[in-house]
Amino acid sequence: MQPEEIRQVLLDILARIVPDEDLSTLRDDVAFREQIELDSMDFLDIVMELRKQYRVQIPEEDYPNLATMGGAVTYLVPLMKDVKAPA
Amino acid sequence: MRYDTVIIGAGLSGLAAGIRLAHFNRRVCLLERHTTIGGLNSFYRLRGRTHDVGLHAVTNYNPKGSKSGPLPRILRQLRFSWDDFGFSPQLSSKISFPGVTLRFSNDPGLLESEIALRFPGEIEGFRRLVKFVEDQPWGTAFPSSMTARSTLAEYLSDPLLIEMLLYPVLFYGSASPHDVELTQFLILFRSIYRDGFARPYDGVRRILSVLVKRFRHLGGEVRLRSGVQAIESRSGKAVAVVLDDGTRIEADTILSSAGSVETARLCEAGVTGDVANGDSTAIPSQVPGELTFFESIAMLDRPPAELGIPETTMFYCGTPRFRYQNPDEPCNVDSGVICSPNNFAYEQPLPESTLRLTVMANNRFWFERPSEEDYQEQKRIWRERIFAAALSHIPDFRPHIVDIDTFSPRTIRKYTGHHNGCVYGSPHKQWDGTTHLSNLFLCGTDQGMLGIVGAMFSGISMANKHVLGGQG
Repeated sequence: MQPEEIRQVLLDILARIVPDEDLSTLRDDVAFREQIELDSMDFLDIVMELRKQYRVQIPEEDYPNLATMGGAVTYLVPLMKDVKAPA
Repeated sequence: MRYDTVIIGAGLSGLAAGIRLAHFNRRVCLLERHTTIGGLNSFYRLRGRTHDVGLHAVTNYNPKGSKSGPLPRILRQLRFSWDDFGFSPQLSSKISFPGVTLRFSNDPGLLESEIALRFPGEIEGFRRLVKFVEDQPWGTAFPSSMTARSTLAEYLSDPLLIEMLLYPVLFYGSASPHDVELTQFLILFRSIYRDGFARPYDGVRRILSVLVKRFRHLGGEVRLRSGVQAIESRSGKAVAVVLDDGTRIEADTILSSAGSVETARLCEAGVTGDVANGDSTAIPSQVPGELTFFESIAMLDRPPAELGIPETTMFYCGTPRFRYQNPDEPCNVDSGVICSPNNFAYEQPLPESTLRLTVMANNRFWFERPSEEDYQEQKRIWRERIFAAALSHIPDFRPHIVDIDTFSPRTIRKYTGHHNGCVYGSPHKQWDGTTHLSNLFLCGTDQGMLGIVGAMFSGISMANKHVLGGQG
């Protein structure tokens, strides 16, 4: 998957976790938590959805890499390079 | 038979836990002894009408679009949208004590202005109390020595105001008499006075049907008429549950919403019963609750508002101090709660008109009736006494009754399996859900969360913490 596709995957996951949030204005360089209401339970859900849908294993010590969209995409590129983008 | 997780009880906590686990591809089975789902919050048909078992109002309601609070959190965790449960907010409620009434609604400003009017010397203290409550992150656990009364006394000095504020809080969730631990007080105070009340047009069955449909869609299994008689254990681990019919089901993890006393008994049965296969891991003794209720559901020939009962709920007390305790007499007729499912802001009126009257009851009296005839006769006698006493607080609705049903502690025990017919479970809550077995956890009432929203939150948080975990 290309970075742009990974970004879309994350947006799709967020849209399911926080369906009432406007994600169109989400900035890549600002923490998710500063832009949308996302508590620790919801944050864990991003990790769990990635594992469920794409079998990507993210160890707990790497969670801080997922704080922003930009950081998350950069972190996931090597992990998801061989994963096919959703149809 | 083997599952990743077995959940004992298909009430709101079990269903919510089940959805979380099934969503993340766990093989989950919900086991329910009763013939239908819902547990303490189920519904039933009687003479052509559908009644909610226990629901007065869903507390902890936040309006659509709210982002914080327990309701938005459970919606996100269960992947539901705001409209799925179809909540309509309450109209307004009141607390009525001799000579004083305080009104409150989902707008916290109403209660504040009522207190400013009736207890002008207390308003600053009340505002500081509210600030203290709101400053505590949701679910903050305090030492059990800190209670509602000791905290209220720090902010308020008028004993009548303290009684009035505490009464709905205890009635809607305290498992201990007269007082409640601070941790639970904070949850209840917010759920009643800061968030507020709502109800789906179709009552609790709307919520249950949305939950069970989702659970099944995700591949979860629900087995009705499947009571658990024992939890087998070995070397400090639960290994299987045994159903009433002898079926044995193995699981990696067990979540039990049966209650702490009830779950401990299932473990004992797994060690000593016919299915004994267990070890001698000590089962700590649990403290049973003793508080329970007697409720009459009166169907009326016209909406309660037309009879001068416009409130959603009304907490009434005929004495300056209430008695929140297991009464010596069969029912405490001095005080109680009157509520009507009609008095919510629906888009269209409900087809039926209903009034519910709930008072505290002595469980032993209702368990120990010598015959079915006597039980029925006592139910009728006490219902009439309760109605007569309630007339000090509301207009006479009795000539408008077209049908009536009454449940007692015996009914609650029969359908929930709760020891003593308790509604709010044990006074000792197990906030982390752990038990003496490393893979058996509690969810629901005895984990500490209350009400419909609280029960779902309990199931979700226990599933997250103990089953999905960090490594999921």
